[in-house]
Amino acid sequence: MDSQITLSVNGTSRSLTVDSRTTLLDALRERLGVTEVKKGCDHGQCGSCTVLLDGRRELACLALAVARDGVEVVTADGLAHDGLHAVQQAFLDHDGYQCGYCTPGQVCSAVGMLEEVKDGHPSHVTTDLEADVELTDDEVRERMSGNLCRCGAYAGILAAVRQAAGA
Amino acid sequence: MRALDYLRPESPAAAVAALVSNPNAKYLGGGTNLVDHLKLGIVSPDELVDISRLPLDDIQEYDDGGGPGLRVGANVRNSDLAAHPVVRSSFPLVARALLSGASGQIRNQATTAGNLLQRTRCVYFQDATTPCNKRVPGSGCSAREGYGRYNAILGASDACVATHPSDLAVALAALDATVVLLGPDGERRLPLAELHRLPGDLPNLDTTLGRSELITGIEIPFSPVAALSTYRKVRDRASYAFALVSVAAAVHLEHGAVRDVRIAWGGVAHKPWRAERAERALVGQQLEPDVIGAAVEEELENAASGDENAYKVTLVRNTTVHTLLQLAEGHR
Ligand SMILES: Cc1cc2nc3c(=O)[nH]c(=O)nc-3n(C[C@H](O)[C@H](O)[C@H](O)COP(=O)(O)OP(=O)(O)OC[C@H]3O[C@@H](n4cnc5c(N)ncnc54)[C@H](O)[C@@H]3O)c2cc1C
Ligand code: SF4
Ligand code: FES
Ligand code: FES
Repeated sequence: MDSQITLSVNGTSRSLTVDSRTTLLDALRERLGVTEVKKGCDHGQCGSCTVLLDGRRELACLALAVARDGVEVVTADGLAHDGLHAVQQAFLDHDGYQCGYCTPGQVCSAVGMLEEVKDGHPSHVTTDLEADVELTDDEVRERMSGNLCRCGAYAGILAAVRQAAGA
Repeated sequence: MRALDYLRPESPAAAVAALVSNPNAKYLGGGTNLVDHLKLGIVSPDELVDISRLPLDDIQEYDDGGGPGLRVGANVRNSDLAAHPVVRSSFPLVARALLSGASGQIRNQATTAGNLLQRTRCVYFQDATTPCNKRVPGSGCSAREGYGRYNAILGASDACVATHPSDLAVALAALDATVVLLGPDGERRLPLAELHRLPGDLPNLDTTLGRSELITGIEIPFSPVAALSTYRKVRDRASYAFALVSVAAAVHLEHGAVRDVRIAWGGVAHKPWRAERAERALVGQQLEPDVIGAAVEEELENAASGDENAYKVTLVRNTTVHTLLQLAEGHR
């Protein structure tokens, strides 16, 4: 079955017809040419397809496009306004990548994660569930654990996220 | 993937009606399990009834005849439930169970109902090329003679040795939560402990739900025991992995002795395993390692394992002892 949907992609409204089986990831990449959103595993296991949907980090490979009609999508490219986003700059400053394939997902995930910290969300490694979150290295590692990096650039990613969190 | 119709019903009742009128339709929540299964070709509905925009996304305290509690809408996202102040203060084991599951992104997508109804991670169930009684009744069980490290140690059957993967369900089983359901004949309430079932001869059925029944919410009763509670999950890596075994525990101590205790296990059975024998053995006792160990061993009397999953018997025993001792020291 085909449906007409409209997505806001990095601030631009895009209308298209999708089959019900099309994921948001395939709609973005194959139909709209938004190729900075990467397909790694296509099964929710790697995080490379992470985008911000209505401001929250989610996996585009596990979302059906038709079910997300009307959503506001922000990708790693869409984060830059008047120069790089603080998280993008931090990845450059700390070499938070090698091949760069996982990077758009890492960057979106970090932006979403820092918002969650601002909202006081605890994590698996938070000792006191009711206290304010202190963003230690362990907290960053746990909160970013849904983004794998086959190049193993984790040390740089950690440093980048720490820098962006302080900014 | 089979061609799919897509429906976004106006109300919970319209959603139920859609499943009644089409036996090949399925509800779509956050989609993090169902969309994966569509791609893997292990379920093939011809229609998705998208309930994710129904207004079932409130978290509210209630106080009716049965006592006070917290009502959680079926569509509340896992991350929002874990971050809710009342959950963090009154039901720490629920927050901890949720936070130990999946990743930040997936928790933002996954719903409360979808989490409870996610299907087993048995590797053969997820591989459409292998025999599996849960996927294709009567085809055989590949896990029995195959890779056995994840297999159940309690309540398994010849037909199926899979375990239930939800962390949230284990925490809720410990708290005597209730599931609120809407079906063709109206609303009913089901104890969470009766939602999931043991495999028996019908491993294709994960739950006791009617096929068109919609989960609209869950209710968690407030209790003194819930406030001192936690969830400990043991896995192959520190994060973003399913449980080998997990323990949800809650304890209410009076003058150092156990007045009330709750223990539920994940990773050991086809459903969250409430360790009621161990609980009964602990009431009135001091929480000492030997005392807890003996109580847990009673519960494990009928545990059955092979070479590859025998470690789970020791692991769940020791994890339970450790978790209760930590709780006795106030670490939740
Ligand atoms: C890589 C990965 C790692 C994961 N790790 C963990 C983990 O460690 N621990 C853990 O617990 N989970 C884990 N999960 C699973 C995740 O928690 C579930 O996929 C999620 O909770 C399902 O919720 P959903 O809303 O996306 O459900 P959906 O995928 O939308 O639905 C799941 C099932 O529930 C049915 N359903 C949904 N809502 C209702 C309703 N209201 N009434 C009746 N039926 C309904 C659907 O028809 C479907 O059969 C992981 C998932 C992935 C992809
Ligand atoms: S254990 Fe159950 S789910 Fe796994 S292969 Fe056997 S029948 Fe299928
Ligand atoms: S492509 Fe979506 S998580 Fe791997
Ligand atoms: S930079 Fe290559 S996968 Fe992460």
